[in-house]
Amino acid sequence: MKDQTNDDLNGLSYEKAFQELEQIVEKLENNQGTLDESMGLFERGQKLAQHCAGLLEAAELKVQQLDPTTAQKEESAS
Amino acid sequence: MQQGTLFNSISLSVGDVTRYLRELLDSDDLLRDVWVMGEVSNASTPASGHLYFTLKDQTATLKCVMWKPQVMRLRFPLRAGMAIEVHGAVSVYEQGGQYQLYADSIRAVGEGALYQEFLLLKNQLEAEGLFDNDRKRALPEMPAKIGIVTSPTGAALQDMLNTLRRRYPLAEVLVSPAAVQGDAAPVEIVAALKRLNADPKVDVILVARGGGSLEDLWAFNDERVVRAVANSRAPVISGVGHETDFTLTDFAADLRAPTPTAAAELATPDRLDMAQRLSELTQRLADSLGSRLDGAAEDCERLRSRLERVSPLGSINNQRQRLDELSLRQAVAWQHRLQYLRVENKGWQQRLAALNPYAVLQRGYAIVSNSEGQVIHSRAQVSEQAVLAIQVSDGKFKVRVTDTRPGEEQ
Repeated sequence: MKDQTNDDLNGLSYEKAFQELEQIVEKLENNQGTLDESMGLFERGQKLAQHCAGLLEAAELKVQQLDPTTAQKEESAS
Repeated sequence: MQQGTLFNSISLSVGDVTRYLRELLDSDDLLRDVWVMGEVSNASTPASGHLYFTLKDQTATLKCVMWKPQVMRLRFPLRAGMAIEVHGAVSVYEQGGQYQLYADSIRAVGEGALYQEFLLLKNQLEAEGLFDNDRKRALPEMPAKIGIVTSPTGAALQDMLNTLRRRYPLAEVLVSPAAVQGDAAPVEIVAALKRLNADPKVDVILVARGGGSLEDLWAFNDERVVRAVANSRAPVISGVGHETDFTLTDFAADLRAPTPTAAAELATPDRLDMAQRLSELTQRLADSLGSRLDGAAEDCERLRSRLERVSPLGSINNQRQRLDELSLRQAVAWQHRLQYLRVENKGWQQRLAALNPYAVLQRGYAIVSNSEGQVIHSRAQVSEQAVLAIQVSDGKFKVRVTDTRPGEEQ
């Protein structure tokens, strides 16, 4: 969300990217579509795989702590 | 009857008496399996690791010993004045000549009552269906945001965060702090759960606390907490206490983990497994395109050879050769024609040269013209005294006409 650059994969979660990659591999393995489509799928798949690998490499746990007092104010306000 | 008494009284050795007493105590059903309540005094743990202490009340004292393996399972250290209940068997220490309680388990006074309460509530909620298996929700395979309800200062939180960092740093973690022991704990735990459930991105919640006495863990047996866990929007993994501790929260949770660390493990996939799966999938991706391309190349080759069989290419090649031959013949023919034209041209040039009037001059003829440059063909064109130009092969000269009478022809 914070840096939406030209890369359309930016911000795509690992789970979503991995799922799409799985679907692409299955499609390619079932040999559907034209060769052009297959090439397109492959390129997309490669991007997704790199994206996933990058996420795994670079990920840092983001920890946030709720403040019970402010949260309660929000609750009563809403 | 002195003799009689002498013979009647059998004297036993000290050992005999002590063994007799021990067998007596050991065979007593009550003393073999007994809970004794009292106050701790003189607790000591020598280098052997065994625990020696005395239980006392207003009227009596009882020596107790607990062997090292059981001591290591104690959930709290014994302190003088502590009211405890000790389970074990009363037997005799022969060398010391004293009877004592061989303890195998110790609990704080009141734990027995708490346990009754625990069972009662458990049965009630169980009957209500709160712990039914078909209430359990599936956990997300790769959670996006993990909620944690625990004490913000406890070691359990750090254990969980370390585990999450190691296994699955892709997640976001939202810590919702709550007291996990004491009177305020149940209300705070319920509120902390509610706050996490208010964030729709939270897709799994860990409710956790490190080990402690049964009383320390009691908040997790509170009916309000148990119901809040059972009714949580996001699935809950409980990790309360140690391996052997079971709380009602554990029964209500969608998954029970034996410890906080285990809860963090059960909530997440391992990064190494993920990397492994990813690299397998990436390999399959490459293979699938490879075989797709191989297939396409095969199709292409098959079509090419079919095309070759039906192709007009052979006849095209024939035509091409014929074309070559024709153009060669054409070139030869053109050369011939050119040569012919050149020869013919030369003939014309000769004939043309023969017609050139100046060529005649070479042979001695002359051309006569008047002053206007008109060629004289006839006597009628000249008059006496007229000046005429005579052109011969090497140039012109002028003459004057002296006589216009017809001369004798030669």
